[in-house]
Amino acid sequence: MLSRVAENIYWMARYIERAENTARLIMVNSNLLMDLPRGVHPGWQPIIEILGCEEYYLQQHEDFNERAVLKFLIANASSTSSILFSLQQARENARTIRDIIPREAWEQVNDLYMMAKSNAVSGYSKRGRYDYLKKIILGAQTITGLLAGTMLHDIGYDFLRMGRNLERAEMTTRILDVRSANLLPEHEGLTPFENIQWMSVLKSLTAYQMYRRTIQVRVRRKDVLKFLLKDKSFPRSFYHTLLEVKSCLRELPRNEEAIAKLNEVGKKVLRADQAILQQDELHRFIDELQLGLAELSQAITRIYFQ
Amino acid sequence: MAIRWGSYRVRGFYDELIRVAGRPRPAALALCQYLRNLTDNELEEYKTAAEMAISVMGITFTVYSEEEGSIDRAWPFDIIPRVIPKSEWMQVEQGLKQRVQALNLFIDDIYHDQNIVKDGLFPASLLENSVNFRKQCVGINPPGGIWAHICGSDLVRDNNGVIYVLEDNLRVPSGVSYMLENRLVMKRVFPDLFENQNIMPVDDYPSQLYDMLAALSPRQIDQPEIVVLTPGIYNSAYFEHAYLAQQMGAELVEGRDLVVEKDDCVYMRTVDGLARVDVIYRRIDDMFLDPEVFDPDSYLGVPGLIRAWKAGNVALANAPGAGVADDKVVYSYVPEIIRYYLDQEPLIANVPTYRCFNKDEKEYVLEHIAELVVKPANESGGYGMLIGPQATIKERESFKKLIQKDPRNYIAQPMLVLSTAPTMVNNRVEPRHLDLRPFILSSPNDIYVTTGGLTRVALRKGSTVVNSSQGGGSKDTWIVDDEGL
Repeated sequence: MLSRVAENIYWMARYIERAENTARLIMVNSNLLMDLPRGVHPGWQPIIEILGCEEYYLQQHEDFNERAVLKFLIANASSTSSILFSLQQARENARTIRDIIPREAWEQVNDLYMMAKSNAVSGYSKRGRYDYLKKIILGAQTITGLLAGTMLHDIGYDFLRMGRNLERAEMTTRILDVRSANLLPEHEGLTPFENIQWMSVLKSLTAYQMYRRTIQVRVRRKDVLKFLLKDKSFPRSFYHTLLEVKSCLRELPRNEEAIAKLNEVGKKVLRADQAILQQDELHRFIDELQLGLAELSQAITRIYFQ
Repeated sequence: MAIRWGSYRVRGFYDELIRVAGRPRPAALALCQYLRNLTDNELEEYKTAAEMAISVMGITFTVYSEEEGSIDRAWPFDIIPRVIPKSEWMQVEQGLKQRVQALNLFIDDIYHDQNIVKDGLFPASLLENSVNFRKQCVGINPPGGIWAHICGSDLVRDNNGVIYVLEDNLRVPSGVSYMLENRLVMKRVFPDLFENQNIMPVDDYPSQLYDMLAALSPRQIDQPEIVVLTPGIYNSAYFEHAYLAQQMGAELVEGRDLVVEKDDCVYMRTVDGLARVDVIYRRIDDMFLDPEVFDPDSYLGVPGLIRAWKAGNVALANAPGAGVADDKVVYSYVPEIIRYYLDQEPLIANVPTYRCFNKDEKEYVLEHIAELVVKPANESGGYGMLIGPQATIKERESFKKLIQKDPRNYIAQPMLVLSTAPTMVNNRVEPRHLDLRPFILSSPNDIYVTTGGLTRVALRKGSTVVNSSQGGGSKDTWIVDDEGL
């Protein structure tokens, strides 16, 4: 398979996943803000931080008011994490591999972009937001499903799954890092609200229900972190995404270096118990995970795409 | 009854199907009878079925617009085929083979000894001012001396029924995928017609193309690596590039997929590492092929490609520089070229052509511009030409200035009354002008001509511009065995 084709498949998957993740983040934050007491709003700034585009955002905006942030997250044409940018990139990548992916999948990618573009305004408003974001999330899931159900499960499909899971892994670490840092200080009077916030962390990753099924205790920081970092079977847990990437890499030629890098990160995350107890320690720990992830992505790019 | 041949007006034109009102030509008789028996509803149904087939099969051509990026448009297709009797086609085929053989000898001579110039039959000044002459190609020996491996020659018929070559496309001619797809559409929509008539098949083109390309491989191996090099998805012929690659089982690559290593061999980047490439069917213009040799700003090409080609480590089809014979001034010399290299009389006529670099002929063109078609020497796609009889006085005057300024760049031809064929216009048949582009494949051992070719039809009433970018459509082309008819 041509490197360029593999790369296009990989990035198409990453961008579709990114659009979905951004949509989930916005949705959960909108819900959270409605529940929090007046005056303690963490507001929209954390979302910009999670997506790592604070500096770029502040070049164009003075504050983090809701409409400005939403416009930025949904429709900014040059922010690499906005929904429209991601979908447009996914579409451009899909366009060049139209002979590789099933026609229906290409049409769905195309449709989703068109829909997201023409209805962007409804995403800024409080009223239309839920429907808009829901459509994005479902649209992305439809593409994932169509590809799983109709595309050849050859090495092209391995690159697709690698792209999706690496993007997921990255998003999970970002959410954990920023969210845990921004949580309200531990304070007696605020306990129910702290609970809500940890629930929102879970919900940003659609992990709440699955968390409940796996860990039947109340929502606690330690357990949430453990679940999202180490659970083997939850599709958005960091460790699970690594296992997915590993199963893809095993099918590819010249995989030794990438698998070695992946194993390093895998070992690290399994030793997370100590680190997640304290905020300072957690931040450093997640930095390390992200670094490991970046090295893994770079190795994949270097070995297969260049 | 929807189609009444009796009221189909052919006066003043040569019609490909109908001889005089109500009288089909022998090879088209069965078809015309079949069509006559269709009801309005059936016609409508078949038209819709064809449109459906085209959209389902994804037959598109790309138009680029600033606003929406590139758009794929459905290929405009007319359901009434154009019919050519086999006996006539055999002669055309011989003529095309003769022509392409001579053109290849000419190109090879031009890049070597230039005997035709030394012998005084072809002016040296034409080469000096030729935009498609590549001095970088002088002295290179492509396998078998073949430069134009794939040639698309445009044929037209005038109102006396005589077939002429209008131009030869020796750079990157396109359209063959539509020829193949048109036939598939017709087979889906009119299966019964194919059962009852002897219509020659067209579908072996991809394997002929593959064989021709494989014969150029510098490595004598069973399965040489053949790739189709495309400028990318924004090119108007991208559909065809992808289609031909798929049909041949070849990789569709872009310039950035290829690399020339220190050993002067070409490799493509795959997930398994670098893989050697033997033959490149390139669909990128000469100037963009290799930034080391041609346009240094090109990012479509591959640095070092010409080096690898010169070293004989990769074959390029068509060879860079083959376009020198594509020039419309060179075109006017083709009859002489055939006589010079083959010592034969041309089997297919050239349209009489006035060369403006020749003072007398220029004066004639300037005087008679209202009767002539004036064309720039190196444009394709119907761009930049003047159709004298249809032009305004102002347009004619501005063209006169262009000719005065750069006579080498212009030729003029008498206005041909192109032949017509019945074409569906709102459920009625009306005559529309058309041309034909057969494709000729040349390898060191063989010359192959497509059975028929791509028939392009000007859908606008009275128009003779058949290019798809300018409102043209196409028809299936039937070579019908007329023995015993």
